[in-house]
Formats: sequence, structure tokens, C-alpha cells
Amino acid sequence: MLTSSDIAIRVDGVSKQYRLGELSASGSFREALAGLFSRRRRELRTLMALEDVSFEVPVGQAVGLIGRNGAGKSTLLKVMSRITAPTAGRILVNGRLSSLLEVGTGFHQDLTGRENIYLNGSILGMSKAEVDAKFEQIVEFAEIERFLDTPIKRYSSGMRLRLGFAVAAHLDHDVLLVDEVLAVGDASFQKKCLGAMDDLRRGQRTILFVSHNMAAVETLCSRAIWIDRGHLRMDGDAPAVIDAYLSSFGNLEGARHDLATIEERGGSGAIRFTGMEWLDAAGRPVDVVRTGDRLRVRLYYEATERVAEPHFGFEIHSQMGTLVAESSTWSTGLEIPRVEPGRGELELEFEALNLMPGRYRISLWISSIGGIDYDLLEHCSLMDVETSDVFPSGRGADQRFGLVHFPARWRIQAGR
Amino acid sequence: MQNTLISAAGSRGPLAVAEGLRELWAYRELLYFMIWRDLKVRYKQTALGALWAVIVPTMTMVVFTIFFGRLAKMPSDGIAYPVFSYSALLPWTYFSQALSNTGNCVVTNTDLITKVYFPRLILPLASVVSGLVDFLIASSVLLLLFVYYDIDLHWRMLLVLPLMLPVVCCAFGAGALLAIVNVRYRDIKYTIPFLIQMWLFLTPVIYPTSILPEKFRFIVALNPIAGIIEGIRGVLFLEKPVDWQMIGISSAISVTIMVAGCLYFLRSEKKFADII
Repeated sequence: MLTSSDIAIRVDGVSKQYRLGELSASGSFREALAGLFSRRRRELRTLMALEDVSFEVPVGQAVGLIGRNGAGKSTLLKVMSRITAPTAGRILVNGRLSSLLEVGTGFHQDLTGRENIYLNGSILGMSKAEVDAKFEQIVEFAEIERFLDTPIKRYSSGMRLRLGFAVAAHLDHDVLLVDEVLAVGDASFQKKCLGAMDDLRRGQRTILFVSHNMAAVETLCSRAIWIDRGHLRMDGDAPAVIDAYLSSFGNLEGARHDLATIEERGGSGAIRFTGMEWLDAAGRPVDVVRTGDRLRVRLYYEATERVAEPHFGFEIHSQMGTLVAESSTWSTGLEIPRVEPGRGELELEFEALNLMPGRYRISLWISSIGGIDYDLLEHCSLMDVETSDVFPSGRGADQRFGLVHFPARWRIQAGR
Repeated sequence: MQNTLISAAGSRGPLAVAEGLRELWAYRELLYFMIWRDLKVRYKQTALGALWAVIVPTMTMVVFTIFFGRLAKMPSDGIAYPVFSYSALLPWTYFSQALSNTGNCVVTNTDLITKVYFPRLILPLASVVSGLVDFLIASSVLLLLFVYYDIDLHWRMLLVLPLMLPVVCCAFGAGALLAIVNVRYRDIKYTIPFLIQMWLFLTPVIYPTSILPEKFRFIVALNPIAGIIEGIRGVLFLEKPVDWQMIGISSAISVTIMVAGCLYFLRSEKKFADII
């Protein structure tokens, strides 16, 4: 039993309920007035984003929060950051807390790098004296010395990101809540950020880290908490929790995947995916896909109502959760004026499946342009890509050499 | 060590206010930086910079003088119309801009509201305070007008500064109330300019209160800005009487609006991130 002085965070039976009516941004005065006069009150659906979550984090521990999109991880972080109030339960935080839900919160385009360091620092809860003391280090970390007095609207997105993280990395607070900020930026910068977080962890800072990047969670955190549909599903050593989480995604079936029976899905349900099938170039079902194959994916759906201008998307994620590739009818410019109630199918053709051998996860979605989700299937299917002689040298087609195979040729011009 | 307890209920009533004020004090540096940001951004990318603070009331004064002073022959209590209208445009310009900025302050800072915690009261506070700088800059034109029209400068004029306090209170309170509704219904964004326009006509900026029939003048005092603007003219021009009773009523109403806005804001701020 830990005494209260060893506890950095105590979360006690926290629940958060959203009223779905509130979540929609379309609320206008006209609707409210119409609501006054119509006898049928707008039905208020509620959503339990978090339900009775309790845990304790001792001082100096780094904890990874994992779970699917919409499981409640970000809501938990928002409640702990005091951005939104819990519906029930209480949270006790010992020490100064700062939350990093975004890099560069409050940056202003028209202000210079120097001015934004002060502004962002004070928004994150640093005093001017603290920023003064760390100013040199921040500038050095961000590698922006030359552009310190340039408005940040002239910065590249990478520079802005570095600047934002540099300020955040110098927060000297006792408890840090970090949300997925490492998901952006190039690899070397990600490494730097991980390094900075690792330093913080060593410095007896308590860190709560939300990420989809299992590799990062495993490196940084000794403990992991798995949030599943608003509930705390598992809490323990990071490798064990990550294993259990990854294996919850189900396994590869035959060539035809039944998607109709999947219950864990988001969206309104106006259209649902019912099945998915891998076909070769000639349209015959296949059950083995290999690096470099020419392939088609046939997607079956069923609409329960007439839906105007839906967009269909197909995503490939690595085992560790990195989005490797995405293709959607929106990005490729295929307009679908409407989908009538009933069943239908559509096909996506790959010129070549340029993925290195290994296991990948498929996510599918159907949405409207306006941001209404009809169906969200996250990691609904596994795809094992088998090796093939793509180069063709008989060598190199192996996940050790990356995730993606890109067709390229070497040439040497000797003796110039 | 600093402890934070986050719970569903939170504090209510006077305790909530005390807590809100204590937190505001703890975050005073952020307040300073938000005001600093407002000023910096406002003057940074404009060619004329701080001159805008002078141009807006001055041009309005010129237009009013031509149309109302010359063409419509609006009485101005024996004071030259340019000085008469500018002495009211000065507090009015502050009030209308502060009200509009405060009414939009939560919505324009959506990214902050949804990503980081700080006492939300900082947003309306920064909005009303940063506008005061424009007010001070624009005051210089009033002095020039006094010199040009050969009106006596005297110490009583300095009473304008404390008289701005109720104007600030009113802009803060009314702005905070608008900001709360704005979070839920963006219609407010379009209502604010209209509201300000209507309010201008109900305020003796263009006309003196003396053109109103005696029995309706008490209505003017109900509009706190009207009472204060008459008061400001009173302390500026020695030949005008200062109606302290009206100033008192207007101030009391302004403070009431501020307290109401502040309390309602503290009660609503927890929901901002959920519905914005």
C-alpha cells in the first residue's frame, strides 16, 4: 500500500458522460428556438466516454495509456488536465501538473519565434522567470537560432513542431500528461523527443503517455493501462498489456472476411461494411498476398438508408500501429453521388502491393465530407504479406529492411 | 507541494468565486501575456499600427460632424460639435470594441480552451484591458481638439479616468455573458455588431440627453453607458453640470452586470470544452 506522499496521481471512480447533442457543432439559435415550439423534444442520446476508471500512479513512474481510437484515453487525459469536468468521481494530483495535448498550443502566426516561446511557455504554466532561465536551451533544442526573430508563419511545419516540443520538453513540472505528440515529425526528431521524455522520466517526473505507437510506449513506460470502451481493461507491466492489447484484434480468416458481425465499430451505421475479399488481378479470390503483387480488394457494404456523397477509405497500419498507407474515394477524387438502401460493393485496385513481408492491420471507414462517420472499423482485419522475389535478387524482401518496398534501381558510374 | 483535486461537483457560490479569484491571481502572468499578445498582434501587421486607435474615432467624429452637426443641425449643448461628439466617441469606441472582443473571446480561443487548462476568466479580462491602451492613445486627439477650440483645460478632466471604470465593468460583464451564449450558438457572433449599433443609438453620442423630454431621461440612466458618457461630458466641460446621481446609478448597474457576467461565466466555463 502506497502512502499518500508517494502517489502522484490518484484517479478514483472517474466517469465522463457526453450528451451527443452537445457534441455536434451545428447547434444554432434557430434550432434551439425550433426546439421550444416543437412538441417532440430533441432526443438526447448520451455516451459514456469513461466509466468508473480508477488507478494510482506513484511518483516517478511513466505509464502508457493504450487503447483504440475513441476508447476514452483522450477523454481521460482531458479530465485529468481539467479541460473538461468529470461526471462522477474524483482525481487527486500531487504536485504541479502540465498537459501536452498538442504541440505549440496557442502559437500565434504573426508573432516571432522568441515571442511564441514566452507565450507558449506561459500558456503551459511556466513563469516568465522559468522561461528566461531556460531560453537558451529551448532555442538550442529547437534548432531555430537564426529564425528567432522571424514570425512563425514563415516557419516550415517541422520548425514549428520543433519549437513547440522544445518549449514543452523544458517544462519542469512534477506530473506530465502527454498525448500522442510524438506521432508527428520526422524520425530523428521523434528520437530526440523520446530522449527528452526519457530524461524527464529519469528526473523523477511522473508521466502519463497516450500513444498508438506501441514501440514508443514499450521504450518509455514500465507500466501500461489499457482503456477499452471507457473501461479500464488491463493494468500492469507494459509488455504484457501491449501483448494482450495487440492480440485482441482477431486473426486472419480465409480470403473472404466477414465484417458484418464485428461489434466494435464506430459511426452512425447508415452504411456498414459487411465483407472484404482479396482478389488477384484477374478477379480470382486469393488467400496469400505477396510483396509486389497486383491485387484488388472488394468491399461489400449494406446501407439502411439513402446516403448522399459517402466516402470510403482503406488504411494499412503496421503491427505497431503506424499508418503505412491510406487510400480513399475522397483523396482519389471518386465522387459517389448517393448510395441507395440495400447491398452494394466496390473495389480498390493496387498496381503493386509495395509492402515488405510481415503482418499488417486493415482499417476501413465510411464518412461524409461534413465529417459524419457512418462506419469506422479499426484494425478489423489482419493481412500477412508473404515474401517474394521482388528485386529480383533473391535478397532484401524482409521487414528488417523497412515497411515499404519502393521500386528503384541502382546505377554506378565508375571512373569519372 | 501543490495539490489539485478534480471532482464532478466542484465548488459553488461564494466559495467558487473565492477559488476563481485565487486561481486568477496564480495565473496573473498568463493574463499579462494574453494582453501583451493582443496588443502585439493588433499592431504588428498593420501599416499604420497604433494609429488605428486614433483613426477610427477621429473619422467617425468627422462623419458625425458633417452629417449630424452641420447638415442635421443637431444641438450640442453649446459645445463645438466635433468636441462634443469626440468626447463621447472616445469612451464609446472603447466600449464597443471591448464588448465585441469580449463577446468573441472564448470562441476565438477555441484551440486554447480545448487543449489546456487555465482560468477561463483570463480571456474576457485580457480583452477589456488591452482595449484601454487604444483608449489612452485616442485621448490625445481630445486634448488637441480642446486646444484647437480653445476650451479650458482643468484638473477635473482627470475624473474621466475613474469614470471609465464602470465602462470597463459593463463591457466585461455584458461581453462575458455574450461569450457564454456564443460558445453554444454562433449566431451571437452576428448579433454583436447589430447589438452595438442599436446600443449606439440609445446612447447620447450623436445627440445630447437634453433633447429628450424630461420624463424620459431616467431611461437614459438605465443604460449605464449613457449615464457615464453624460458624466464624462460633465467633467470635461465646465459649463455642463455633473449629474452625480446618474453616474451613481449607472455605476451600480455596471457593477451588477459585471458580477452577473462573472458568476455566470464561472458556472459555465466547465462546459466550454465539451460544447465549443
